[in-house]
Amino acid sequence: MAITLVTKLAVALAFASPLAAAPFVSEISAGRAEAPVAELVELASGTMPYRAAGEFTRAGRPVTAPLARVGVTVPLAIMKHQVAAADYRRCVDAGACKPLAAAAGAEPDRPVVGVSWRDAEAYAAWFSRVTGERWRLPTDTEWAFVAGSRFSDDGDVVDADDPSRRALARYTREAALKDDGEERGVMPFGSFGTNEHGISDLAGNVWEWTATCYVRTALDDAGAAIAATTNCGVRIAEGRHRAYVTDFVRDARAGGCAAGVPPTHLGFRLVREQATWGSWLMARITAWRAG
Amino acid sequence: MMTRRTALAGAAIAALMLATPAFAQKLDLPRQKINLVAPPFVHAHEQATKAGPKIVEFRLVIEEKEMVIDEQGTKFQAMTFNGSMPGPMMVVHEGDYVEFTLVNPDTNTMAHNIDLHAATGAGGGGELTMVNPGEQVVLRFKATRTGAFVYHCAPGGPMIPWHVVSGMSGTIMVLPREGLKDGNGKPLRYDRIYYVGEHDLYVPRDDKGNFKSYPSAGDAYTDTVEVMRKLTPTHVVFNGSVGALTGKNAMEAKVGENVLIVHSQANRDSRPHIIGGHGDYVWETGKFSNRPETGLETWFVRGGSAAVAMYKFRQPGVFAYVNHNLIEAVELGAVAHFKVEGQWDDDLMTQVKAPEPIAPGKQSAVATPAHGH
Ligand SMILES: [Cu+2]
Repeated sequence: MAITLVTKLAVALAFASPLAAAPFVSEISAGRAEAPVAELVELASGTMPYRAAGEFTRAGRPVTAPLARVGVTVPLAIMKHQVAAADYRRCVDAGACKPLAAAAGAEPDRPVVGVSWRDAEAYAAWFSRVTGERWRLPTDTEWAFVAGSRFSDDGDVVDADDPSRRALARYTREAALKDDGEERGVMPFGSFGTNEHGISDLAGNVWEWTATCYVRTALDDAGAAIAATTNCGVRIAEGRHRAYVTDFVRDARAGGCAAGVPPTHLGFRLVREQATWGSWLMARITAWRAG
Repeated sequence: MMTRRTALAGAAIAALMLATPAFAQKLDLPRQKINLVAPPFVHAHEQATKAGPKIVEFRLVIEEKEMVIDEQGTKFQAMTFNGSMPGPMMVVHEGDYVEFTLVNPDTNTMAHNIDLHAATGAGGGGELTMVNPGEQVVLRFKATRTGAFVYHCAPGGPMIPWHVVSGMSGTIMVLPREGLKDGNGKPLRYDRIYYVGEHDLYVPRDDKGNFKSYPSAGDAYTDTVEVMRKLTPTHVVFNGSVGALTGKNAMEAKVGENVLIVHSQANRDSRPHIIGGHGDYVWETGKFSNRPETGLETWFVRGGSAAVAMYKFRQPGVFAYVNHNLIEAVELGAVAHFKVEGQWDDDLMTQVKAPEPIAPGKQSAVATPAHGH
């Protein structure tokens, strides 16, 4: 099913056609030395049973998120590994990413952690610039699709007459997913194994930012969405369980009313936008003209 | 190191000499041997007793060891009673004699002792219990005052605060023989008891800001004292590490159960609070000869004491139990959780309508002022 492509981006760039032209090339050559090499896994399009992130209501009362069959419509290329601390460092050195807090203390050859959603976005923008390709955070749906058996469904039963049921169910489910015996701290790549698609360290102790905002959806009796409130100040971080984290937070914590199990660490991986030959050509022509 | 070790050994010899007469005295009372359990649990005990005073025997083994104190995997050179932070809780009744054996195995590197706030004389026992690695001591004291009391290591001078903030503190609870009362003579019974020991920890950082680890407690000493003197802990933890009483290790209770929560802090003030709950009866100073306060939202634990609170959970759910300095709770780690099962009480709380978009024209909470005269 999954096709593994090892794309050496630096090599890919060497094939840049003459149309890539001077201004673009100069940008690449400035970036070439810095451009991290990303190992990619490409997944064919497909569907899966999936419960969207967020909250759902019907007639003014909370309900369980509906289960639907969704998926990705175009092949998806995603990083096999989470972004490394050394790679993030290059973005910082280039002045395009904010330095990590000193205490984040990530070792260069391990996943970068202690990054906010905004940090991850800045990295995606920089990485796109230095590679000449379009990279972005996956949506929650894409992440679930990629994670496959590692995705954790959060369809806890909602009892509108007893709000404690859902709170207890969620708390117990999230707590059960934690392996108390595991090493804490940021582990080397591959420590949490690969899933059936050959993607590494999904649902380990580093949660991954997604592009998906926190949405509350009102459903009608038939289960169709009739209204939604979207809060993009909170993004979904995926991992062992789904987490809702404020976009500028680098180190999620539990406490107070949010008595859940917080993500241990916050990191990310990126997907590469599928570019057809035509769009790829157009992007380069545009870049050339802009120069 | 050399000088301190020699000085401590000298103190230990003096302590043993002083201790000799105490051994000579024979007490003709029934004996009971108690096996201590690790916190947040408390060994089985009678809440009230009709029996006469007895000699209650405990054994405390000191263990110097490395412990992980947060999710980031920060390694900490801990000193412990029975291997846990806090040390286990001992429960006796007023008038009982507490007879404990304090063991300092030769695998340890330092001299230790125990100062029990429930005991009278000789520095709460500290002067009579200094033991070097490879030694043990037996001390007996009479429990004359009721309440929950801190015990801690107090081996002299700068060793005192350092040993305490390295984990060496615990709690002993002396119950009235007739049990707890509500202040108006009505007996109070608890269905469960939990023991939350809070520690403020001071972990040095390297020049990059990362927490430093050390091969032994002695190696950590100089840097740690520097952090301690700033009085700003790097961690404030319940039961020895961030999150130790959450998730699978969250405390449990049922709606309608009376839960007694003993909260000790040997070094620094704290302010426990149950988010969404209360203290029905609170002995803020922890001493049962005083009437409990009732219906509290938050209670104060003076550094160097243990508070006792009783609460009957009235709603199911996940309740956070925090130090209500919320920075210490959320940023430094002073959070525990209760998982409470039972029937939701709509009368106490109902979500009348789930969150939804604000109705048009009702955005403003302030009514437009009428232009009247
Ligand atoms: Cu000690």
